[in-house]
Amino acid sequence: MGTFTRWLRNNVVTLFGILALAYMTLPNLVVLLFSFNDPNGKFNYTWNGFTLDAWKDPFGVAGIKDSLITSLEIAVLSTVGATVLGTAVAFALGRYRFRGRAMTNTLLFLPMSMPEVVMGASLGTLFLNMRISFGFWTILIAHVMFCLSFVVVAVKARVLGMDPKLEEAARDLYASPAQTFLRVTLPIAAPGIGAGALLAFSLSFDDFVITNFNSGDTVTFPMFVWGAAQRGTPPQINVIGSAMFFIAIAIVVVGQVRTNRKAKQKAA
Amino acid sequence: MSVLAHTGGGGGDDLKEPPKRGRWVPYALLAPGLIWLVVFFLIPMLVQGGTSLQTGGLEKGYDFTWHWSTYWDALEQYYPQFLRSFGYAAAATVMCLVIGYPLAYAIAFKAGRWRGLWLVLVIAPFFTSFLVRTLAWKTILADNGVVVDVLNTLHFTDVTALLGLTEGDRVLATPLAVICGLTYNFLPFMVLPLYASLERIDPRLHEAANDLYADPKTTFRRVTFPLSLPGVVSGTLLTFIPASGDYVNAAWLGSPDTGMAGNVIQTQFLRVLDYPTAAALSFILMLLIVLMVSAYIRKAGTEELV
Repeated sequence: MGTFTRWLRNNVVTLFGILALAYMTLPNLVVLLFSFNDPNGKFNYTWNGFTLDAWKDPFGVAGIKDSLITSLEIAVLSTVGATVLGTAVAFALGRYRFRGRAMTNTLLFLPMSMPEVVMGASLGTLFLNMRISFGFWTILIAHVMFCLSFVVVAVKARVLGMDPKLEEAARDLYASPAQTFLRVTLPIAAPGIGAGALLAFSLSFDDFVITNFNSGDTVTFPMFVWGAAQRGTPPQINVIGSAMFFIAIAIVVVGQVRTNRKAKQKAA
Repeated sequence: MSVLAHTGGGGGDDLKEPPKRGRWVPYALLAPGLIWLVVFFLIPMLVQGGTSLQTGGLEKGYDFTWHWSTYWDALEQYYPQFLRSFGYAAAATVMCLVIGYPLAYAIAFKAGRWRGLWLVLVIAPFFTSFLVRTLAWKTILADNGVVVDVLNTLHFTDVTALLGLTEGDRVLATPLAVICGLTYNFLPFMVLPLYASLERIDPRLHEAANDLYADPKTTFRRVTFPLSLPGVVSGTLLTFIPASGDYVNAAWLGSPDTGMAGNVIQTQFLRVLDYPTAAALSFILMLLIVLMVSAYIRKAGTEELV
């Protein structure tokens, strides 16, 4: 008993951490479980019976496929936009001294510190006032706006950690400014840019609140789920939710294996 | 000039050795991104302020009439929603800190070589769309479900009912369900900054505290916790702000009696189409949050947060 209490005291934080992880993972397990449900009625909230129907026909609900395609298109385009704009800003912040630095930081910080509902409603008000009709392009504009600051944060961290001597060395070896940038600067900053782009993609793909105010009749996947919660939730929603989870895990695992292999090659 | 050079080398600024060439280069790099933010973030805030003072309707069009009473009417009618917003968000932030701190601590100091796996497990659940995961809570907290049965058997719901957080033996459609949903949704925003600040702590400081005869409790209170404060500050900000503006949890896990500020803004903007009222409500929410955040920033400094 004494050894058990001692063990418990030593590991109480770890046990609590595992409980916290369980709390965070439970909804995913429920989503996965209910993707195999054969719901009794329109709503997929209570267990009725096992079936593979939804997995066999993941797009078997009107509108779900189109909403996914729309979400992917917007996520890809807003990732490209936010990454290009954000990387440029991050280089300016990380590399140069200029007037208005504090103001720039504040302007970048504000969108991250504003509730989405305020950003969504105010941008929607702007579009209404300018008589711009809501749709694909207004969603895209909104997504680039709120992803930008996150890209800046990710890239800036990497740019600040960069050794300026490497670029000096390139210049000493008669590399032109363009060559220095493409062959030295960009490859070193690449992990930061990649992280920023991944963050932008997932933020855009999963965004509901800001999209809600600026989408008009255009339906992204989160908008589809929001509507489904009123009309009836098909298990296909759970299938796509779970599939997204497994795809993302696969990407993480493949990325990890590749970095490990690279590290081993370098060591060898 | 020498003063500038001195502060540059002093480490106060995050620039190591700024190149002198190309005075216009930084502005060219900044311009596209900053213009985007000014046009689609800053100007909308101002336009929204203007719209909130207009009167009129969809058919007749709107006139700018300095109609301040929209604000008083909105506050008079919807102050309970604002109180609930900040109350639920504060409760969820405290819950996130209580759950998130031990988790971040375990990852930073106890996980050892499994640290990477723990971090993946923190982030991985969020690869499934947050709306889909929030729907799952409807199942988890359903009446007569396992969770609610256990809570009833333990008389937990009696305690929360006394506190006004639940009604009868239900959890769904009560404030408790909304707070649980908010806690769940924003927990990683607490865990990650906490982990980042804990991970930075030099383990030798713990050894030093130990050598100086500090027991584990004292070491935590006098060494670990103070050093993790930056993480606590940004974690609470990153949890409280989005939680106070959220309307999905209140709409799905709550009842009409648990509506938050976000729910009113959403209804006024998208269903009632009363844009001046929606704009006024959103402006009030923004103002209250800016006041709270700037109080925080004064302590922490933006350069560290961005």
